[in-house]
Amino acid sequence: MALQSCVNIKKEWDIVGARQMGRDIAREMGFGTVDQARIATAISELARNIYLYAGSGKVCFEKIDTIEKRGMCMIATDAGPGIVDIGQVMEDGFTTSSGLGAGLPGVRRLMDEFDIKSAKNVGTEIKAIKWLR
Amino acid sequence: MDVVKSDAANYKNFLKEFIETQNERALYGAEQIIKTFIKRNISPEEIVNLHILAFAELYPNITPEVHRAMNFLLETMISYGMALQEYQALREKQLELQSEISVAASMQETLLLTEKPCISGLDIGVISIPAQQMNGDYHHFMKGKDGSLGIAIADVIGKGVPAALCMSMIKYSVDSFPEEAMSPQMILNSLNRVVERNVDPSMFITMFYGQYHPDSEMLTYASAGHEPGFHYCAETDTFSEIKAKGLVLGVLPDTEYQQYERKINKGDMIILLTDGVTECRNGEEFIESDEVLERIHEFRHLPAQEMVEKVYRYFERMQDFHLRDDFTLLIFKKRV
Repeated sequence: MALQSCVNIKKEWDIVGARQMGRDIAREMGFGTVDQARIATAISELARNIYLYAGSGKVCFEKIDTIEKRGMCMIATDAGPGIVDIGQVMEDGFTTSSGLGAGLPGVRRLMDEFDIKSAKNVGTEIKAIKWLR
Repeated sequence: MDVVKSDAANYKNFLKEFIETQNERALYGAEQIIKTFIKRNISPEEIVNLHILAFAELYPNITPEVHRAMNFLLETMISYGMALQEYQALREKQLELQSEISVAASMQETLLLTEKPCISGLDIGVISIPAQQMNGDYHHFMKGKDGSLGIAIADVIGKGVPAALCMSMIKYSVDSFPEEAMSPQMILNSLNRVVERNVDPSMFITMFYGQYHPDSEMLTYASAGHEPGFHYCAETDTFSEIKAKGLVLGVLPDTEYQQYERKINKGDMIILLTDGVTECRNGEEFIESDEVLERIHEFRHLPAQEMVEKVYRYFERMQDFHLRDDFTLLIFKKRV
């Protein structure tokens, strides 16, 4: 398991902190300008979801460095109310996006891999990976 | 999808040409490249990035401020690209739904298919056009063993898929009634119970059922709140409304419908319709039902099928070829 760097999300300002840490790691790993911007936007979305719907949580980053692939993994966890119908929040045009293309379907498009686990009243964990090409 | 090298090179060339000459040709070239990008779903941030790279190659000595400003633009385009992708995904979904509905519509057409019967001395014309893909109007002909002709015309208040599903149920209920129970009154009594038990109370169905007996030249009929039809009397050259009292189907379980009858003479016509005909609009105003009758009167010497088609074309044109409600018009003429 690679070393994790985490940012706690409690107030809106922490979203900026998470973006900054994510961008530093992405730049250091050699992601191009467009991918850096995509990663930062994905972090924004995940951190905002924590801030808006769970109140608090954290966003962690891991570098993936194997012989086959290199990439960056981000994990957003919270102990909030959980998502009851994951299928629904992953659907385009669902409420959280409000027609802006944002929300979780947006994050899934920005990243290469996306996984979500959630339990009611326990919390949510979202894992997303961007591969370095 | 990523920008391919040849596109990147073309873009750079047009950018260079434009910066040096402000030539319209360069802009036209760029327009064509961008169109291929749109076709290939290349996101706005990719295009901004392409621009930044091309510009940096052409002018390696640009100031850091300009470079940062362009990166700033790239960052802001990410959200724009996300919204665009969502629209594209929703559009694809819409196309899928549309093709699913058109399959359903053609299936409905098969289910509700009714053959215009040949009865000597009668000339029948009918047209039924849905406002959307699926039809919430319904008409059906039934030939009885006694030589009588049953004609049903019905309208679900509402349009589209729910109305269409409802109509299929109505048809199969009518089909399942035994022959001896085929009087208009009994059919409406039974259908009322079927609808009351099976259909959501928010959905209303109106129906007119008529049965023509060639031997006695009598039309017996009953109506469940349906738009009244008209009887054209050849002798007096006048139209009269075919009035019939009756509650719409499915409101009360034990509704008993009244049955009426009238004599049909040589040259007479019976006109049955749905409110999609009488509620045609000319601009913002509803047409008068007199206007429908005027058109029918004008075309009265034509065969019945030509008449209904001409009337439909007339109102279709009046409404700029856009129907607001399903349109069904049925005319039968007694020739001899």
